[in-house]
Amino acid sequence: MIGKSVIRKEAWDKVTGRAKYTHDKLQQGMLHAHLVTSPYAHALIHEIHFEKALSVPGVRAVVTGKGLPLTGEDLRDRPPIAFDKVRYHGEVVAIVVADTPIQAEKGANLVQIVYEPLPTVGSPRAALQADAPLIHENLGSYEKNDHTYPEPNTNIAHRTKIRKGNMEKGWSESEVVIETSVAFSPSDHLAMETRCATAEIFPDGRIEITASTQSPFMIKKLISTYFGEDVGKVVVHTPLVGGGYGGKAPVQLELLAYLASKAVRGRKVSVWNTREQDMITSPVHIGMEATVKLGCTKDGMIKAAEILFLFDGGAYSDKAIDVTRAAAVDCTGPYRIENVWCDSLCIYTNHPYASPFRSFGHCEQAFAIERAMDILAEKLGMDKLELRLKNAILPGHTTPTRVLLNRSNVGNLPACIKRLRELIQWDQWQRIELNARTVRAKGVSCSWKTSTIDTEASSGAIVTFNPDGSVNLMSGVVEIGTGSKTVLAQILAGKLKMDIDDIHVKMDIDTQSTPEHWKTVASRGTFMGGRAVLNAAEDAIRQLKAIAACVLRSPIEDLEVGYGKVFVRDDPAIFIPIKDIAYGYKYPNGNAIGGQIIGRGNYTLRHLTPLDKETGAGKPGPEWTVCAHAVEIEFDKRDCTYQILKAVSVVDVGEVLNWKAAIGQIIGAMSMGLSFASRETFLFDRYERVLNPQIRTYQPIRFGEHPEYIADFIKTPQIDAPYGARGAGEHGLIGIPAALANALSIAAGVPLNKLPLFPEQIWRAQKGK
Amino acid sequence: MSSSSKCEIPLTVNGEKYSVIARQADTLLFVLRNHLGLTGAKPGCLNGDCGACTVLMDKTPIKSCMILAIEAIGKSVTTIEGLRDAPIQRAFVEHFAFQCGYCTPGFIMNAHALVESTPNASEPIIEKWLESNVCRCTSYFEIEQAVKSVLAEKQASKD
Repeated sequence: MIGKSVIRKEAWDKVTGRAKYTHDKLQQGMLHAHLVTSPYAHALIHEIHFEKALSVPGVRAVVTGKGLPLTGEDLRDRPPIAFDKVRYHGEVVAIVVADTPIQAEKGANLVQIVYEPLPTVGSPRAALQADAPLIHENLGSYEKNDHTYPEPNTNIAHRTKIRKGNMEKGWSESEVVIETSVAFSPSDHLAMETRCATAEIFPDGRIEITASTQSPFMIKKLISTYFGEDVGKVVVHTPLVGGGYGGKAPVQLELLAYLASKAVRGRKVSVWNTREQDMITSPVHIGMEATVKLGCTKDGMIKAAEILFLFDGGAYSDKAIDVTRAAAVDCTGPYRIENVWCDSLCIYTNHPYASPFRSFGHCEQAFAIERAMDILAEKLGMDKLELRLKNAILPGHTTPTRVLLNRSNVGNLPACIKRLRELIQWDQWQRIELNARTVRAKGVSCSWKTSTIDTEASSGAIVTFNPDGSVNLMSGVVEIGTGSKTVLAQILAGKLKMDIDDIHVKMDIDTQSTPEHWKTVASRGTFMGGRAVLNAAEDAIRQLKAIAACVLRSPIEDLEVGYGKVFVRDDPAIFIPIKDIAYGYKYPNGNAIGGQIIGRGNYTLRHLTPLDKETGAGKPGPEWTVCAHAVEIEFDKRDCTYQILKAVSVVDVGEVLNWKAAIGQIIGAMSMGLSFASRETFLFDRYERVLNPQIRTYQPIRFGEHPEYIADFIKTPQIDAPYGARGAGEHGLIGIPAALANALSIAAGVPLNKLPLFPEQIWRAQKGK
Repeated sequence: MSSSSKCEIPLTVNGEKYSVIARQADTLLFVLRNHLGLTGAKPGCLNGDCGACTVLMDKTPIKSCMILAIEAIGKSVTTIEGLRDAPIQRAFVEHFAFQCGYCTPGFIMNAHALVESTPNASEPIIEKWLESNVCRCTSYFEIEQAVKSVLAEKQASKD
């Protein structure tokens, strides 16, 4: 069962159009909302007039931000609807609720708002200038949690500090030093299903929300926290989700749906993003500017790293704070560096606000570090993989936050590098001129990642039995496309020694009946959800054995469960079918014992701690997955265009639970990384308005532009994880942007430190423009 | 008559005849989803950019967000719900050619029309057809494998 390419449970629903997503669930009488959004990136709101909107037939209410509480997960800086001021282009200013979407849109077009534009802040470095406009004047008075450190009277929402070793010593031991800077603007997740939510409030105060989200349980919690509703009265439903990639981890439209429903006396209201709104009104992929300084000995042993990450968190901090903290946690990349200084800043700008993006701060961090590693190798005159191998992180080393690594909690990077070297035939050639115009080059990178979720985050699972001995599996992990629900079923089938077809998976989440899984993020579904499922299975096994012990007149310890039976271990001919005890056992005379078998389990990662404010010391996650990546390109020297020929990732996943699903996760993530690095960015005008919030102008990779993909695995088990499997949902992406930039830098003969790598960008770098 | 006035629209969808009262300005996508409950076609961009709403009209794939319902009068519309055991559906399942599944109905309708109309499609022709659809989960390689497997089956059964 483990390792098999089991077809995902919801596969046939998805190829027949029967799979239902949030916005597919239309209902008679449901009202529709249209969001009125800001045309300015930074402006005061002087007046809002919505009388004309209310006069449109079918319009039932207009909701504005007056009197609403501030929201935000770490720092409460964001009004759910802007009221006195807008801080980004696309920010919600009002909601128009009507009988039909068209009436709502008509109404929205008639809402008149008088703005007074303000000077804008267009980049993290600009935000740090002494004379930069302040985006949040009241930063010092916002509510926050204990581990968030805003700097009042600046545009800094949070700063994470890593202080490890002795920098003076590190620099004095360094014979070769390089410094480099990188940058990229915010971009988008572009999930094919735009974000959407419905809300309905019942007379008894029950709030029913349906949302396309990675965080149904967080919605429940936050609606309670923000609006003072009883947490038990908030019920969140999440059907299948049409792509998340981190973009559906934050809570935004759900709050608007709740407010809109409240405005129409609890009637059901649907809020659905148009593509344009989804790209800029809802949270985006974070931008970054960074500077990395590395020092090493003449033979390439890295002695010191000084790293400054300036993240473009956009107008509100929400999840961006956590993303910037995660980048700091793994700031050095997967290398042993004793002396580390890192400041990772979450900075306010007048850009759309940021959310997690697949890899959670890591493809960003890796882009900076891996460009620096290539530049260091060039200065040393050393082979680029050799430099990485020489400094590879190993058991016995410590991470930037001083976690001591062992053979379980970190994967085997040297083995990844070795395999990569073979797969890309590194030793045969690294750059070749095919003719006067065309050059081929290979770029490499390494990466690592741990999770940085809340230390008390837990996952739960319930298994119930049917009269035929088959099992129902309920887990709070959301099926966002990664196939996690099917992998959990495989884990359960393995434990109960059952046929996977006899495991029925509850796909939809209902926070009232599905046990909580904190959030479906951080590649933690299999680890935490899997441990919870194993515990639930143990619980069910105990119950099955207890009944069987009576019926079979055997000590519990002598019994085994599997193959649809409970049997005596030294004489399997003595058994009882599970179906005969799944609902308890009925003796021939009618007496009965037991009842339906209901196994329950939960799991919380152990021994996690928050980071120390001054040094960053702390244990953020249970394990580090390590990877090595390569990208091969063909570059046209005349016009700076290029083709991506091949992309390779070798990931130490610990164990592969579902082969094809695992390959799909890795190469799907690689594709996203290549698309981001080669062509995805928001283009801003000088007023920081987004010029390209449409797929035809934003231009992700399309069919036919994809290169050859190779994914391969190393298997160093994480002994706490189910079957030793490490997180893998994000890791194929992490080093890919850097590997592409490294390949193109080698081909073009000039350091390429800005993303995306449009041919024009390469031409500019060559011309020094 | 303004675009918002309603009229009766006779449609043939998946071989079944319907009569729908809708606005003349309503797109085929809107009518399929909101009047007929056929939610397989998805509103990914409403701008013809993503292909998630692709359906067949007289066997030709079209983006149903870019066409009015009234333009489908007298045509035969096929949506993903109308495919029954098409080889391309099984191929998508077996090749893991989708993850979240949201772009899948559009991709399958387009690919289905391709393999039915052009069973000897060359690589550039496959690209030309399928570049109209966006998928964010897979690497497209899986979709390519699925489409090529059906073309290969068609070739084999012909030989």
